[in-house]
Amino acid sequence: MKILVCISHVPDTTAKINFTNNDSEFDTNGVQFVINPNDEFGLTRAIWFKEQAGASVTVVNVGGADAEATLRKALAIGADEAIRINAQPTDGFFVAKQLAEVVKNGGYDLVIAGKESLDYNGGMVPGMLAAILGYDFVNGCIKVDVNGSDVTAVREIDGGKETLSAKLPLVIAGQKGLVEEKDLRIPNMRGIMAARTKALQLVEPTGAAPATKAVKFEKPAPKSAVKLISPNNLDELVNLLHTEAKVI
Amino acid sequence: MSILIYAESAEGKFKKTAFELASYAKKIAGETGTTVTAVTINATNSADLGKYGVDKVLAVTSDKLKAFNAKAYADAIKQAAQKESAKIVLFSSNTDSLHIAPLVAVGLEAGYASNVVALPVSLSPFQVKRNAFSNKAFNVTEITTDVKVLAIGKNSFGLVEASGAAVEEAFSPSLNDNDFTVTVQSSEKVTGKVTIADAEVVVSGGRGLKGPENWGMLEDLASAFGAATACSKPVSDLGWRPHSEHVGQTGKPVAANLYVAVGISGAIQHIAGINSSKVKVVINSDPEAPFFKVADYGVVGDAFDIVPKLTEKIKEFKAHNS
Repeated sequence: MKILVCISHVPDTTAKINFTNNDSEFDTNGVQFVINPNDEFGLTRAIWFKEQAGASVTVVNVGGADAEATLRKALAIGADEAIRINAQPTDGFFVAKQLAEVVKNGGYDLVIAGKESLDYNGGMVPGMLAAILGYDFVNGCIKVDVNGSDVTAVREIDGGKETLSAKLPLVIAGQKGLVEEKDLRIPNMRGIMAARTKALQLVEPTGAAPATKAVKFEKPAPKSAVKLISPNNLDELVNLLHTEAKVI
Repeated sequence: MSILIYAESAEGKFKKTAFELASYAKKIAGETGTTVTAVTINATNSADLGKYGVDKVLAVTSDKLKAFNAKAYADAIKQAAQKESAKIVLFSSNTDSLHIAPLVAVGLEAGYASNVVALPVSLSPFQVKRNAFSNKAFNVTEITTDVKVLAIGKNSFGLVEASGAAVEEAFSPSLNDNDFTVTVQSSEKVTGKVTIADAEVVVSGGRGLKGPENWGMLEDLASAFGAATACSKPVSDLGWRPHSEHVGQTGKPVAANLYVAVGISGAIQHIAGINSSKVKVVINSDPEAPFFKVADYGVVGDAFDIVPKLTEKIKEFKAHNS
């Protein structure tokens, strides 16, 4: 089985979010970048398939040269090879088009992406990729098993979960649950050394017109101070929730 | 040319977000002098959509679509959009709708913006404001394609009643076998409990509750509110509560009317996930807990003392006001 794991290079979850260039760009100054957490669950599951079933694992990113550190980390965790498509990932459709080329050229059976990236939160690339390829698609996937070309996948639904049968080739958009948090891997020294000699292929983008563009960014308005209520006066809290906040 | 909404239903009944979507669509239709069409799949009571501004309902009824199937549903909605020559296609942010929307966008060669939090900033050029960076910022996105697909965040617009009636028309999209290669084996759904996605009020607990055995009082408070229960990441990592209750940046997002955080300090990742909620209440013994900086109302004190008392107060209130 050939697995492709799509990796977004995103600010660490604790990063301060600021904008620059007249609020048109994210300010990367002093920001640490990581593998998008939803993608990391998928990557770890892919490496499990590699170790248990001899799958090959390729990681791919659409991004600038700065994303190579994130791809190297994925290689250090255990991916076999990496591909970077040399373009800024400004639009979901454009990114999906680039990834579709990689899938077609590489003949991947299982494509794993995160259900959304923690920067743009578009939640659209995996579905668009599946639709462009004509592959089946499972979103919000919390479990995946493969037996030959038969796939059993569990997806989260509102208020529960649903078990699906599907066939390869398939695109899944994963999240926590694909593996447990405690099973995520921190690259060890051997992995880091090995990653240095693994192939990181640079591919130029194919022409695809973006369907959207980010015009500007805004920060939420500063909040007014919290109203403190004495634990001995909870009637006041109920009253405020009713008359002032109007939520009960 | 009309605005098309996908009015999501469960067991035949529309979700509240379907009515919010109708209200949103009606507002844009009013400004652009067009009408609102809803496509429904195995739903009953399509007249209800008329109360929120839908002019026409394309009702799909099919046994083949009894279970959710992303490809087939997307195909049906795409065909409805083509039939109506819709330039704007709207989805809610329910799980199934978010599953389908990108498929429909590709099918219609449309640009897609999700997490939209308000009416379009401008109709020409077509710009919408959306949540980004896990609710830590907004992003104004311009859709440059002829057809536009949007997914509207819950509680972004609210319900607006309209006078009018929806005309129902049966619609039979042509579906092929290729649409049905993924099949549902089984599904587990909690019944009789409010889900985090649908809840108006969410009551959430953190490590301050000291152990899973103390969740009873939180559930009592939730039931007094008619709320769903949720938890912070450490609580789900410790196995005190199931992952499905974990809310925050890497868990479920919450966009409730009221979010009550008990014994949650308010790590930046947690706040990111719940920040779309309208009103936030924090109960914590530590007055320095970061949650107090983002909350609207706060009570400093012992949760084990406050929660049962508050439960009684809410019960009393509900008894007098319902």
